[in-house]
Amino acid sequence: MYGIAGYGAYVPRYRIQVETIAEQWGADAAAYRTGLLLSEKTVPGPDEDTITISVAAGRDAIARAGIDPREIGACYIGSESHPYAVKPSGTVVIDALGIGPDCHVADFEFACKAGTEAMYVAYSHVKAGEMKYALGVGADTSQGAPGDALEYTASAGGAAYVMGGDNVVAEILHTYSYTSDTPDFWRREGEHYPRHAGRFTGDPAYFHHVLSSAQGILERSGLKPADFRHAVFHMPNGKFPLRAGKLCGFKPEQLEQGWVVNLMGNTYSGSSPTGLASCLDVAVPGDLILVTSFGSGAGSDSFVLRATDRLPTVQKLAPSVRDQLVDRRINLTYGKYVAYRGKIRMNES
Amino acid sequence: MISPRYHREIPQRYRLEAGRCEDCGEIHFPPRFVCRKCGGKRFAIEVLPRRGKVLTHTTIWIPPAPFEIQKPYVVAIVELENGVRLTCMVAEAPPDEVRIGTPVELIFRRLQAQPVWEVLQYGYKARVLAG
Ligand SMILES: [Zn+2]
Repeated sequence: MYGIAGYGAYVPRYRIQVETIAEQWGADAAAYRTGLLLSEKTVPGPDEDTITISVAAGRDAIARAGIDPREIGACYIGSESHPYAVKPSGTVVIDALGIGPDCHVADFEFACKAGTEAMYVAYSHVKAGEMKYALGVGADTSQGAPGDALEYTASAGGAAYVMGGDNVVAEILHTYSYTSDTPDFWRREGEHYPRHAGRFTGDPAYFHHVLSSAQGILERSGLKPADFRHAVFHMPNGKFPLRAGKLCGFKPEQLEQGWVVNLMGNTYSGSSPTGLASCLDVAVPGDLILVTSFGSGAGSDSFVLRATDRLPTVQKLAPSVRDQLVDRRINLTYGKYVAYRGKIRMNES
Repeated sequence: MISPRYHREIPQRYRLEAGRCEDCGEIHFPPRFVCRKCGGKRFAIEVLPRRGKVLTHTTIWIPPAPFEIQKPYVVAIVELENGVRLTCMVAEAPPDEVRIGTPVELIFRRLQAQPVWEVLQYGYKARVLAG
């Protein structure tokens, strides 16, 4: 049996409300709230980045796996906001977590689906018998251009997964990916903010890839939507994953637990992995879970997982996603938010 | 140029690796070459517990330039569960959230990001525990 031996998720403490951003730009907050089905988003603190988020989530994943970090043979960090242009985030993460130096490390990128890529490759290594455990992380501190629709959703957070053949809490039964050249969203080297092709982002990009991937894995596994307890679809806003789930044949109650976007925003590479972590927080042995990510450019990764008897014994070893979403939030003003996000030009010190 | 020192201190800054005197058992953090208690020179690595409580604290209103954006912030002396004390920033805490005795845990944060061409520096900060 191969799959997830330990999982951990991290949600920053800072938030900005949709109203606060709308007020800044003279926009209609109510229209954004109902249009995006989202009321607030997480904001990374001035001392947080993809590396610190990965360490926080990774520490909880290792604790839940109950293993010596030196048994981890690979560490992959998926993000579109790696702090360095040249120097892998994973080099810092392994030293902070006590993994390695006997370890294969790489950073992954694929817009919002870099996290599930990292998970897929980590899982493949342990299944191939290359190593005992491997760590796959999806984390981001994503940015939208000021005033752009993305500013209402681009947020921060992540989740980490220790894959292994021992101590499994959720067995991975099937995987499937669907990818094509679809230019819905991109950022050229040296540009500060990404560009998106307006309406092109919906049907030809997100829905085509997410539905093809989810339907592809259902077909290959012989499973039907009613067999699942939970289903998670990448959450660029509140509406898209609910519509994708409905089009696939899932009911609202199957989508609820993994749908964290209304309080969290779009954590990019951390989005569907965090939704999965939220499902693992409550799943009972035997529950089937479907996860489908989406990355612009474009592609989707799908996983079918089944909770094992060990899952309930590790759920309380670290804070749940839902607890982190509601506990001790600190709301920021727009001024504090742009300062924390480095959007104010300060004097050289 | 601070990179060489930063690199040397990674085990203590990232993983809280202290030095335990092999002669008398005294734990030193940061690690030392000579035991302050018995003069011993042989040390074993001892990873510190991450939880503790605030022994004392102060609020920084006029910080050095790289920390300007984070002010006001709290700096505390934290006593860990094994009695070892260390000084660090308290992450993201409004000053009135930190009191003597407040339970905290040590977390991993970015300590310095300036100047923009330099290596990023990471290390431990304290974070107030929920509840
Ligand atoms: Zn001594």
